[in-house]
Amino acid sequence: MLDAADAHVVVEGLVKIYGDRTILHGVDMIIGRAETLVVIGGSGAGKSTLVRHLIALERPTRGRIVIDGTDIASLNDVQLAKARRRFGMVFQKYALFDSMTVFDNVAFPLREQTKLSERDIREKAMTKLKELGVDHAATLTPAQISGGMAKRVGIARALVMEPELLIYDEPTSGLDPVTSRTVDSLIEEMRERFGVTSVVITHDMVSAFDIADRIAMLIKGRVVAQGSPAEVLAVDNADVQNFVRSSGVDVTRFEHRGTRKTAAELALRARERKSGRVE
Amino acid sequence: MSDDPPKAPGLLATVLAPVKSTFEEVGMLGDLAFRSIVWGIRPPYRVPLLVAQMEFVGVQSIFLVGLVGLFTGMVFAVQTVYGFRRFGAENMVGGVVALTLSREMAPVLTAIMVSARAGSGMAAELGNMRSSEQIDALETMAVNPVQYLVVPRMIAGVVMVPVLALIFFLVGIGGAWAVGVWGLSLDPGIFADRIKTMLKPSDITQGLIKALVFGFAVTLIACRHGYFASGGAVGVGQATTKAVVWGVVGVFVLDYIITSMLTEI
Ligand SMILES: Nc1ncnc2c1ncn2[C@@H]1O[C@H](COP(=O)(O)OP(=O)(O)OP(=O)(O)O)[C@@H](O)[C@H]1O
Ligand SMILES: [Mg+2]
Repeated sequence: MLDAADAHVVVEGLVKIYGDRTILHGVDMIIGRAETLVVIGGSGAGKSTLVRHLIALERPTRGRIVIDGTDIASLNDVQLAKARRRFGMVFQKYALFDSMTVFDNVAFPLREQTKLSERDIREKAMTKLKELGVDHAATLTPAQISGGMAKRVGIARALVMEPELLIYDEPTSGLDPVTSRTVDSLIEEMRERFGVTSVVITHDMVSAFDIADRIAMLIKGRVVAQGSPAEVLAVDNADVQNFVRSSGVDVTRFEHRGTRKTAAELALRARERKSGRVE
Repeated sequence: MSDDPPKAPGLLATVLAPVKSTFEEVGMLGDLAFRSIVWGIRPPYRVPLLVAQMEFVGVQSIFLVGLVGLFTGMVFAVQTVYGFRRFGAENMVGGVVALTLSREMAPVLTAIMVSARAGSGMAAELGNMRSSEQIDALETMAVNPVQYLVVPRMIAGVVMVPVLALIFFLVGIGGAWAVGVWGLSLDPGIFADRIKTMLKPSDITQGLIKALVFGFAVTLIACRHGYFASGGAVGVGQATTKAVVWGVVGVFVLDYIITSMLTEI
């Protein structure tokens, strides 16, 4: 079990209220270093709101966010800007700068945050665009490319800085299945090569089980299940079971990369462990 | 009728609501102004962004401001000649037109034109960037959005509105001269002489000070509405409208305040 002391990110009792609507009802979460946490849950459950708090784009109504042992609410503007150099985010609606070309969008964080020469910047940015298969669009503006391409440019822009904490808000929505798997392997690769901690919001259950070390399921602003994929599958909660069933993933055939066990087997074993019948 | 009337909010609350929201609005503007001054002093200085905004606010407004200045000067010539001819004071026309243009018309109308043209554009652009999360993206990439977006726009406003007001003034005088001398057969020598004797340097200074303050106010109000826009395309539309309406209202309110401060009667 992860403990708060050596975790990368700790969310404690996070409550967010907009006007008179409570969006997050006391979320607790621990994200370990170099771990991939997948957040699943229905539309409007508050997933985007939750991850926006992790990089201080929103202020908690109550509760706190601790990253590397520091409560991010205690940072001033300059300290926060410094901390943010270690974060990256892929936005749900791409958030590309439409006054710049695709290339300049990806080069932007490098130009702002590093002292690299323009040649190195070009090299790095083009490499990332190529990995995502959008290098041919480098000179176009965001208005001239498709949604799926914009999504990939947004991913390239977040990955190019190789930050320690990467947040992906639905990185594969709107992408074809082949490209989705490419994005999954890029997320994996970032972790393996650079030890990146990732938080991935997704509705794509195939990628959820493919890349997750742990899964957190958010329903109506509450975490209803949190743990390894197998643990989450084993949670005895109608909402969770319903969500997994509706996702269309065949849990009896789905194999987890690490353990080579099907999700159903894992679930069974988790259930057995829980009830004390360990083999 | 048996139904209870809907419970009305307290009279005091209803009366005070606009007062309260005015104070909140001024507080918000003050906060944004303060932040842009702090972030404007702090490096890095983003010269290319500033140049782009000066081009947008200034260069692209020259034709429009010149056109309005020309016709304002022409109209003033006709009206003053009409009025002053009644008591045979038409040789004063040059001076009177120059005074009116420099102290009032040039700064006020220039600021209104800039608010309508550049202010609305700023509010729409910033509002779009807010609703498509581009401002959040800047922040995530450790770039301060006030420094990146608001500061260049405000500096451009403060610098370019006085320049445009000066252009307005000069073109306006030209228009008045053309109408007065060619159209209404005023004596060109007297026209020019009266401008020289009646127009003091302080009249020009007052006009430029006004233009500078208006430039600051109009861009601040435009940036405030765009930067804090919410509610998608509808919200951006409202932000644009508010930017222009409150920009223009702000110009008239400030005009009175500055005039009464700078004018000794
Ligand atoms: N700035 C805001 N002001 C008011 N309400 C907001 C704001 N941002 C989000 N909400 C509300 O918070 C709720 C959760 O929104 P959020 O975007 O976090 O959902 P989500 O889980 O990411 O959904 P989806 O899967 O559709 O992206 C929604 O009901 C939304 O209306
Ligand atoms: Mg979302």
